[in-house]
Amino acid sequence: MAEILVLVDHADGAVRKPTLELLTLARRLGEPSAVFLGKGAEGATETLGKYGAQKVYVVDAPEVDDYLVAPAVDALTQIAGSSEPGAILVASSAEGREIAARVAVRLESGLITDAVDIEAGADGPVTEQSVFAATYQVKAHVTKGTPIITVKPNAATPEESPATPAVEAVTVDFTALATGTRVVSRAPREKSDRPELTEADIVVSGGRGVNGAENFHVIESVADALGAAVGASRAAVDAGWYPHSHQVGQTGTQVSPQLYIAVGISGAIQHRAGMQTSKTIVAINKDEDAPIFDLVDYGVVGDLFKVMPQLEAEINKRK
Amino acid sequence: MKIVVCVKYVPDATGDRGFNDDGTTDRESVDSLLSELDEYAIEQALKIVESGVEAEITYLTVGPDDAKDALRKALAMGGDNAIHVNDDDIAGTDALGTSLILAKAIERAGFDLVICGMASTDASMGVVPAMLAERLGVPQVTYLDEVTVEGTTVKGGGTVKGRREGDVATELIEAALPAVVSVTDRTGEARYPSFKGIMAAKKKNVEALDLDDLGIESDQVGLSAAWSIVDTATKRPPRAKGEVVEDEGEGGVQLAGFLAAKKFI
Repeated sequence: MAEILVLVDHADGAVRKPTLELLTLARRLGEPSAVFLGKGAEGATETLGKYGAQKVYVVDAPEVDDYLVAPAVDALTQIAGSSEPGAILVASSAEGREIAARVAVRLESGLITDAVDIEAGADGPVTEQSVFAATYQVKAHVTKGTPIITVKPNAATPEESPATPAVEAVTVDFTALATGTRVVSRAPREKSDRPELTEADIVVSGGRGVNGAENFHVIESVADALGAAVGASRAAVDAGWYPHSHQVGQTGTQVSPQLYIAVGISGAIQHRAGMQTSKTIVAINKDEDAPIFDLVDYGVVGDLFKVMPQLEAEINKRK
Repeated sequence: MKIVVCVKYVPDATGDRGFNDDGTTDRESVDSLLSELDEYAIEQALKIVESGVEAEITYLTVGPDDAKDALRKALAMGGDNAIHVNDDDIAGTDALGTSLILAKAIERAGFDLVICGMASTDASMGVVPAMLAERLGVPQVTYLDEVTVEGTTVKGGGTVKGRREGDVATELIEAALPAVVSVTDRTGEARYPSFKGIMAAKKKNVEALDLDDLGIESDQVGLSAAWSIVDTATKRPPRAKGEVVEDEGEGGVQLAGFLAAKKFI
């Protein structure tokens, strides 16, 4: 079976959930090998093995932490050069897509971004993508070189398949390009007890109707009662009511949770593109003609400041 | 110095977009326009010049005859001239091929700084800026919410700095010029073309180039040269509209009932 390279997405060795999803998908295509860049591999190896990594390539070099994207491209292309993988899977984050893009150019290989599913096919992996604001489902495959695929969060449910991975330290011969873009500083975003937006099973988002930063606690309280992540529409973010890192939409984060609750959000195409693939959609809006109601499984036309506190109380009562 | 801004002419995102039988984007049935996300790139190029950096701004697009409209709109916002790469053999080109054409055109024009939007509003892969950096062999300073250029001289040189919302952290990044930059929609509203700007744009030079001019063989681009292919494109059935109730004092309780029935509570 061919090796399938999975680029590990981690924060100081803590493996992030999308990587476990990639390992799960990789097992459909061949034998997963994790590529770990940076510090903290010792702590990550056990987790990677638990989800089926047969091998872990470790590149622990300062270039990886101090420079943007290009060092990862050098590392991945070098490892791909010696392991001749059947495919390379990368999480669809901004950085993941950029790494994949450059590896594709360097390996002269086809690239597919933002896959929501992958199956093995006769001519290599067949991907499924959701495009044009999620109005089309597209199946595609790579026809040249090593298929390089970026995969959206929540594309698969992580499944354990315990293995004891062989760990191989790799010394990368970095190119002159690797040290082109220096990361001068890195300020980690404030840690919250809430789940991450892209990984959450439930997302509660507020929009223009929330009418002020001081009112967002209404959204947060219901999110906390449900164990959900908090999102915001572009209008709410542009107004400065909630941080950009929480923006759901075409130019923010695209989410696909089990349940999406849109509160005071009209449902402009910009927003729909970021949440339309959610399994169940619920909306609360005072305007009964708001386009968001065309998408919902359940909707409440009413004042969110009355409906949300009542919803929160009722959730807590039923728990 | 020389700034090249890459712009794309895309089907209107508010239209009913779809696919042709060969799996390429249908560019006929929906009106096209300058990609909204590229307006932020144009705005930042103009701001850099307004901040006192002496630079010539050239817009570059790859696309059919109508794509000239995108260049005219960009020129109406400001800037100096434009390059339109147009060739029948380009239709169906993927991001890898597009980045090749752009890179060749940028090299031909000469550059200190290339500025792109963060993604197109049609395919929205967001990968072309990174591919350009790879092909041009220069640093990428991408997904910036804020961008500044410092220390440039008539002979070139200088530094580009920016703030990027990374996956887990806010990063300050910098690189020596020449470099490729991409900017997000957080960089600030793009200006509207003024009447004067629209009139002035008509006199600005738009250079037309084809693949021959760029030394690209026709078999390097186009649908047949794409390194991935669409097998099927299926329109999703519209979501069946569920129950919508009017809140008459029990809306929150009713909604909780729905969530409980779906096992979310």
